[in-house]
Amino acid sequence: MKFIGEFIILFGVWLLLTWTLAPAQVIAGAVITLLVIGLVGDLFVFKARALNPIRIFWAILYVPYLMWYIILANFDVAYRVISPELPIRPGIVKIKTSLKSDMAKTALANSITLTPGTMTVDIKDDELYIHWIYIHGKDVHQWTKSIVGRFEPMLRRIFE
Amino acid sequence: MFWDTLGYIVIAVGVSFDLLGTIGLVRLPDVYNRLQAATKCVTLGTAFLLIGVFIVSGFNAMGIKALVCAAFVLITSPTGAHALARGSHRGGVKLWEGSVKDVYAEDNPE
Repeated sequence: MKFIGEFIILFGVWLLLTWTLAPAQVIAGAVITLLVIGLVGDLFVFKARALNPIRIFWAILYVPYLMWYIILANFDVAYRVISPELPIRPGIVKIKTSLKSDMAKTALANSITLTPGTMTVDIKDDELYIHWIYIHGKDVHQWTKSIVGRFEPMLRRIFE
Repeated sequence: MFWDTLGYIVIAVGVSFDLLGTIGLVRLPDVYNRLQAATKCVTLGTAFLLIGVFIVSGFNAMGIKALVCAAFVLITSPTGAHALARGSHRGGVKLWEGSVKDVYAEDNPE
């Protein structure tokens, strides 16, 4: 099952990148896909439950949702960069997440990095260290609420 | 014609964000703040640029490659920034003196 999933993903990427169905390309792609799976296939995290249509629905919904926050993040950082007095109040804060699986935490960390003024520095168990370009709030609870509040519910539906 | 114009507009938006990101790289004070500019503006700028290339060239080898590359940039860029930030902090790079807090240093004393 894991093997089939990996093969479909890698071979799909190969077909997209070459964008041709010439036999030589397809055969080369299949051979290279098998080679890659043989060498580093263990590194892939692939679970059959990822094929659950409800999860896929939420994952597709998550893309425009995240896109919107990425665009907001860009205007936020762009504003800070071009305003003459450089309005920043940076520092590293700690937040707690209730997500359990590694996949979900990775997605959360990457989402945080791409969105307004925050960047993940390290993850330890359920604690994430976040570099924040303009710190609001005083303690872990307030930080957690304003940074992960908007992502956690959707990520939980996708990954857990 | 319409798609060409739209594609060029998207490319122009992407280049503008890239420009802002590089200005940020020069203006912001320390490694971590500079990574913020590098991960946000430059990631979206590059993604827009590649999507613009896709809109102009359409469903052929070049367009699809650009689209797949945009997806890869969006996935790998934050991961790279995270590794750089963690490495810098562990390697002893100090935060800018105007920083207000560093919980990571408090929780991980030398």
